[in-house]
Amino acid sequence: MGYLGEIFVMAMTAIFIQNFVLSRFLGLCPYLGVSKKLDSAFGMGMAVIFVMTLASAITFLIRKYLLLPYGLGYLQTISFILTIAALVQFVEMVIQKNSPALYKSLGVYLPLITTNCAVLGVAILNTSQMRSDGITTYNFLDSVLNGFFSGVGFTVVLMAMAGIRERLEYSDVPKAMKGMPIALILAGIMALAFYGFMGFKL
Amino acid sequence: MRFVSELSKGIVKENPIFVLVLGMCPTLAVSTSVTNAIGMGMAATFVLICSNIIISMIKNVTPVKIRIPIYVVVIASFVTIVDMVMAAYVPALHKSLGLFIPLIVVNCIILGRAEAFANKNNVLNSLADAIGMGAGFTLSLVIVATIREILGAGTWLNISVMPKTYDPMLVAILAPGAFITLGFLMALINMLKERK
Repeated sequence: MGYLGEIFVMAMTAIFIQNFVLSRFLGLCPYLGVSKKLDSAFGMGMAVIFVMTLASAITFLIRKYLLLPYGLGYLQTISFILTIAALVQFVEMVIQKNSPALYKSLGVYLPLITTNCAVLGVAILNTSQMRSDGITTYNFLDSVLNGFFSGVGFTVVLMAMAGIRERLEYSDVPKAMKGMPIALILAGIMALAFYGFMGFKL
Repeated sequence: MRFVSELSKGIVKENPIFVLVLGMCPTLAVSTSVTNAIGMGMAATFVLICSNIIISMIKNVTPVKIRIPIYVVVIASFVTIVDMVMAAYVPALHKSLGLFIPLIVVNCIILGRAEAFANKNNVLNSLADAIGMGAGFTLSLVIVATIREILGAGTWLNISVMPKTYDPMLVAILAPGAFITLGFLMALINMLKERK
């Protein structure tokens, strides 16, 4: 299989088969918290894709050229989370300066992303994931693409959830189920639907 | 007296999972078996206690503007300790919790308690708060895991509790089961609250 095929497999896996939210349980806080309105879900999704892609790139470089050569593997967690926090802050400042319009739509969501476990999750997963042949570990480009596709997977599910919840506003939900309980059960049904993708042989 | 009330509030009144809805990712991900739930609960409680104590100790010298990165570094250090200790002494548990041990760093309960409690209160009360919240977290995890393990595997703490004819409902230990179990548990709690 060529490299393009490899990328296709990676995209399908990250978006559908091993979806970050529904099958890996990462990034649930924003998934349940920011999914009440479709446009805010879109804003959050875009911010997550952006940060996840960048974070994958930077943490890969830090691990390969700083942590591993100097035998500092045990500092992985601390260095990754600090990098992500600094990165988010930096991105926020750059966007604020260069594109006020984008800042207006993404700004509120950026600080929230630091504590989004999906970002740290993808950075850590990238260090151990294998290509489909099961031997080669991810190289730089693989990591960046995986970050990007995982972000896309997050956004797809987040927006689907927001769409359903917007409609849910008008339906007659039992009183005790209002709010979080019904959202969780909805998520469960979505996860069940996504299990259908498990059958794909790639 | 205050020590006791800070200690007990985390378990019921301000239960981190069912009432504050914090720390959902580990709750759903590791509640597949009671063993995992207890392991995760203990690890998170240890980090919570240590970080609450340290953050409460340094609250007077922490610059307000950069307090969050400081908290994150404190928490990440303890998480690294837990990660390494677990890898050395309970490798099987470490393996089954996997990614979720380093992810304790971004568990909102820990950062949330640092921000909402430890940086305003003295060391003793912060300790009580951490123990209470940790116990509440562990207890909720065990409750969710109990339901899922019994339904999904017919066992509790790896001991078979269901009759031999019971056909395990595999879906309960898969991802969808986690969401649905927690959803119904929360609805039940809402219902009980309204009755009062």
